[in-house]
Amino acid sequence: MPKHALTALALCLGLAVPSVALAEWKPNRPVEFVAAAGPGGGTDTFARVVQSALSKNELLTTPIIVSNKAGGSGAETFIYAKSNKGDPYKLYFGTQDAYVLPLANKLSYSLKDLTPIAAMVFDPFMLWVNPKTSGIEDVKGFIAKAKEAPGQLKLGGAKAKEADETLMTLIEHATGVDLTYIPYKSGSEAAIQVAGGHITANVNNPSESVEQWKAGVQKPLCVFENERLADTTVIADGLSWHDIPTCKEAGIAVDSFAQPRTIWAAADLPPEALAYYTDLFTKAAAAPEFKAYQQRGAQIPRLLTGDAFKDFIKKHEASYAEIYKRNGWLRAEQ
Amino acid sequence: MGNFGQLMDGFAVALTAHHLMIMVVGVLLGLVVGVLPGLGAPNGVSLLLPLTFTMDPISAIILLTSMYWGALFGGSTTSILFNIPGEPSSVATTFDGYPLAKQGQAARALTLAFTSAGIGALTGVLVITLLSGWVANFALRFGAAEYFAVYFMAFASFIGMSGGSPFKTLVSMMLGFAAATVGIDTISGESRLTFEFDELIGGISFLIAVIGLFGLGELLLTMEEGLKFEGVKAKLDIRVIARTVAEMPRYWATLIRSALIGCWMGITPGGPTAASFMSYALGRRFSRRGRFFGKGEPEGIVAPETADHSAGSCALLPMLALGIPGSATAAVMMGGLMIWGLSPGPMLFSTRPDFVWGLIASMYMGNLIAVVLVLATVPLFAFILRAPFTVVGPLITVVCVIGAYTVANHMFDVWLALGFGIVGYVFKKLDYPLAPFVLAMVLGDKAEDAFRQAMLTSDGSPAIFFSNGLVATMMGLGLLLLCLPAISLLLKGRAATPKDGAAPAPEGRSA
Repeated sequence: MPKHALTALALCLGLAVPSVALAEWKPNRPVEFVAAAGPGGGTDTFARVVQSALSKNELLTTPIIVSNKAGGSGAETFIYAKSNKGDPYKLYFGTQDAYVLPLANKLSYSLKDLTPIAAMVFDPFMLWVNPKTSGIEDVKGFIAKAKEAPGQLKLGGAKAKEADETLMTLIEHATGVDLTYIPYKSGSEAAIQVAGGHITANVNNPSESVEQWKAGVQKPLCVFENERLADTTVIADGLSWHDIPTCKEAGIAVDSFAQPRTIWAAADLPPEALAYYTDLFTKAAAAPEFKAYQQRGAQIPRLLTGDAFKDFIKKHEASYAEIYKRNGWLRAEQ
Repeated sequence: MGNFGQLMDGFAVALTAHHLMIMVVGVLLGLVVGVLPGLGAPNGVSLLLPLTFTMDPISAIILLTSMYWGALFGGSTTSILFNIPGEPSSVATTFDGYPLAKQGQAARALTLAFTSAGIGALTGVLVITLLSGWVANFALRFGAAEYFAVYFMAFASFIGMSGGSPFKTLVSMMLGFAAATVGIDTISGESRLTFEFDELIGGISFLIAVIGLFGLGELLLTMEEGLKFEGVKAKLDIRVIARTVAEMPRYWATLIRSALIGCWMGITPGGPTAASFMSYALGRRFSRRGRFFGKGEPEGIVAPETADHSAGSCALLPMLALGIPGSATAAVMMGGLMIWGLSPGPMLFSTRPDFVWGLIASMYMGNLIAVVLVLATVPLFAFILRAPFTVVGPLITVVCVIGAYTVANHMFDVWLALGFGIVGYVFKKLDYPLAPFVLAMVLGDKAEDAFRQAMLTSDGSPAIFFSNGLVATMMGLGLLLLCLPAISLLLKGRAATPKDGAAPAPEGRSA
């Protein structure tokens, strides 16, 4: 059935003037946003912020329903996408997980089952400690402490063999220290454990720990970016996000490790729908609700669509594959 | 009493006609989603969330929390009427609620549940009001070892209560642990026991299991027994409600014990589910009427309901103060907070006191309104049970199947629920208890994560479970609870005359 539709579509496109055909598609019934995370998680908040930006500014007038398919670290969402080939009324929200999950796990979907629409914003990663309980004040102190007792410094993060643990292996690789990774269900859980002094450090998106920073139970040591963050509003301790050094300048030679917030459709999305959504999310990224979300999370405003996004995916996937290979995490057979 | 002054300001915020109306609407909506199994509070709140984008944050959170209260009450309703718990935390309510309803006392069972739930919730809010500052910091002291100790206490108290053969309890609990491991493992990131079914990668939903085990399993059993459903005999008498409310003071000991357990489990983020199970187990052990538990004993309803709701209210505090959601519903609400531009965390109390205290004040009001509204629905629900089983039975089946499908819109889940229905039937036929299975399934993966995190932190030394006063006390209590049946058996055995030399007959379910 979808094949016939596609053939028909291809015929139509061949005959009609492309620009006219492209301009015409518009959703006329509710659109479902499927978030590859549980309620309250980073991806869930992302999907709901986009939802509010679209409906408050009347960019999309048909109802939007956000649902969560968090199973299997979000793989459930993309497997669901596979069963909805060509459906323009279902969009899938995630991170790099869409293309990184199949690297380590045997899953029944692959990148071929998805149509990339946009990466709307990037979340930087930071290294956090509780200065009071750990006595660590800066990156030098962190490395010294880790070298003092190899394998004794506990670093927490969300889930296993995903962004957080990957980043920890990068830190180990760059500095030659030996850390012990402790996985939690979510990044905020790990942050609370650091704040309570139960583990020494964690890696996290800024938004997940900013309140603990304000309360003085966590402190950012450095940001895993090539340049410092732009925001100069003072947050806590008289410091702004801009005052936090990059990890490179502070002594941990790790390249930019930002996490894209991505939007996908299933494979075989009609091109006019792709054009519509590309335009829609470009507008949404400029909406005040989305700007506020960006600022709260100290995110890096960088919108990628079309070929630029595709290129990015290719490079990002390759760099993850390389790290996974080094860590011995790659799925055994193809 | 700075808190008290702030609470009064909070009431000024919450007690406007507009907000009262929002509470009524929220509670009613919550009742509807709570009564429909499969929908449940988290889904309901998440469906309602978009409506709140244009509201101011205080009205929005009042709407969502009122819906939460309504859904919690609604969840108890189906536990009692159909033996289908709508939320993990209302599983324990089925143990006595359903038998009592089956005896034709549905109205009494519902009233008992709602009234004690209301009392529990108000106690919880009171604790929040008085102790908010202290409680928030207390939760920070909970590392992985402490979490494990809390879950251990819940498991231990449950083994302590087990009626039938301890061997059967153990088997049932182990099967529950096995079911809890299905899906991707948090610690290793590998998938376990999925047999390459995509549908299993997210784990087995608790709701699917209880819809099958309790709802469908019980249905099969009732059918076998000859389509009898004694609700038919019930007289519909409105005065039952008033009479039952008047009987509440009689259960003061259970109420106080359960509220204390509930508050403790809510503050130490053990959660409402662990609280309700523990309270039921301890009630069975320490109440004078403990041996009637499981057969439709009023205290068997009062105990879990009070603990469930006091823990449920107390659990909102860690969410506000630390940003750790205590339940799935709290997680959705937290998502909402961030969209409204508020960051839950230690600073929220000082940056937005009007919001925090308005919310706390609305918790008093919302629960009062919820109790009044749900009591008004009792006759309606009791009426449903007056229909003959040939009508109610198919109705429950339909509700179960729809519920199973709604959880994730997977047909696979419906088959899974039917499978669990057969498992539930076999369990009951062979007299294996279901409760340990459910408890292990709900708390099993959390306990496992906490245990393994703790062992990672300590480099494999179990000493971490006794490394400070807090965790050592909790582990000690847990061990004591675990050994309690053996100890009391020993004492009884020594004191017993040869006449009743047989071990104290456990009140196994005589089907």
